[in-house]
Amino acid sequence: MTAAATHDAITAVWRNESAKLIATVARMVRDVGLAEELAQDALLAALEHWPTRGVPDNPGAWLMTTAKNRALDQLRANSLHARKHEQLGQDMEALQTHVEPDFVDALDAARQDDIGDDLLRLIFTACHPVLSTEARVALTLRLLGGLATDEIARAFLVPEATIAQRIVRAKRTLAAAKVPFEVPRADALAPRLASVLEVVYLIFNEGYSATAGDDWMRPALCEEALRLGRVLAGLAPQAPEVHGLVALMELQASRTRARVDAQGRPVLLLEQDRSRWDALLIRRGLTALERAAALGGARGPYALQAALAACHARARTAAATDWKRIVALYNALAQVAPSPVVELNRAVAVGMAFGAAAGLEIVDALNLEPALVHYHWLPSVRGDLLSKLGRHDEARVEFERAAGMTSNQREREMLLARAQRTA
Amino acid sequence: MRFMIIVKGTSDTESSVLPEDALVALMAAYHEALANAGVRLDGAGLQPASQGWRIRSKAGKRGVVDAPFIKAVELLAGYTLIPVRVNEDANEWARRFPSSHSEWADGEIALRQPYERDDFGSSQSVERIREREAAPRT
Repeated sequence: MTAAATHDAITAVWRNESAKLIATVARMVRDVGLAEELAQDALLAALEHWPTRGVPDNPGAWLMTTAKNRALDQLRANSLHARKHEQLGQDMEALQTHVEPDFVDALDAARQDDIGDDLLRLIFTACHPVLSTEARVALTLRLLGGLATDEIARAFLVPEATIAQRIVRAKRTLAAAKVPFEVPRADALAPRLASVLEVVYLIFNEGYSATAGDDWMRPALCEEALRLGRVLAGLAPQAPEVHGLVALMELQASRTRARVDAQGRPVLLLEQDRSRWDALLIRRGLTALERAAALGGARGPYALQAALAACHARARTAAATDWKRIVALYNALAQVAPSPVVELNRAVAVGMAFGAAAGLEIVDALNLEPALVHYHWLPSVRGDLLSKLGRHDEARVEFERAAGMTSNQREREMLLARAQRTA
Repeated sequence: MRFMIIVKGTSDTESSVLPEDALVALMAAYHEALANAGVRLDGAGLQPASQGWRIRSKAGKRGVVDAPFIKAVELLAGYTLIPVRVNEDANEWARRFPSSHSEWADGEIALRQPYERDDFGSSQSVERIREREAAPRT
């Protein structure tokens, strides 16, 4: 293997193993910031040794042993309490006296459950409410996704130093607040899980919704959010909202290829070429949605949004869409997670199911909604409904207004074209 | 992008000989590891090729060919579909595939990247296939 190939191989191992390493070490040292440094030390050791000695048969176990040994060194240096010492000493002994790979494998297998627990703890810690949303997102991508700082920076179109700062501060905040490295219990679990799901969905949307940005990193964000969602679904299989979120992301991701045309212009859902939707992801999404419903989670906010996406996924053509069901789902969503944006979407569905006049009524009630003052979809939807009612002059004004409000060049062109066509 | 890990057939997979418990356990652990990492998109094991049949075309004539099929390694025993960011990720998962580094060393896996439909460009026939594939999903 050439040096470059070995380096790439090590990077691939790292992407696979880093979260597990950090999680396991964090349980030992009770500090995710320190845990990441120690895991990084293990990576550096690999980069130093593997190019000359070759990549070991079980590189994950090698990294884990190295990282744990670093952690033990660290704990000793800090001269922890004697009891803790003893306990950790046994761990150390177990690791050092049995070096045969088979044994390490067996140890790994026996510890899979522990690793799952540690990973859950790591996710909950990285998404702790004591951190700002931005910090949670950056820390999650770094600790759970194994993304490098420059990759996160590229994905979010901010300078690398900004992300580095954000991560350093986040780790400091966690340490200062003495956030325990644990899975929250009882009453605390639901809101903390919601915080985790929010972060995962934010990562997904960052990759999915923005049309600007690094073409390579944006899809990587979607993939990473999906992967994290699937990991969570495995770690917390009884939590319906996790499956709801996974369903939502799989179904939305199924439309990725159809969302822009060959010239890179956005294509609206109803105008998309449905043959370009990804059938495998649709199937996975529908399965996850069934699981959420079977666990009693059909009315959760993510499951409801997934059910909405599923309505579109099941319709062979845009004309075959079951708009009445979509209206019912939006009614339910407006109850569990009311927001002006949900209301605006409900207006669109009502317009499709019961006629443009009924939809317009809802939109007009939103006209004074402060949250939508700068939201270009409001005039855009209103223009669409007006145009269907034959009120073309009013419609054109709305499309032009919407065009003036969007900062996205492609969308602006689309809206202006629409205004021009409205006669 | 996605990679398909294709497991080649062996005389055992062809004769429905179930692998030893230890190998089954390793395979299960491997697929569990893929699932735990959130990268097991799809997969299936295939029944022996001898349970199926082939249709061979030669000089414009078609004929059914029944088992036995001679070379087991030309047959497929199963596949797993994984999403990866770069080739090295696929390689790392392939490297960990049990039979490739265990004492049950007889075996071969292949890594292939599926075409995206957009790779075929656009023609009337391709469009028709696309429309077909957009058929109802339930």
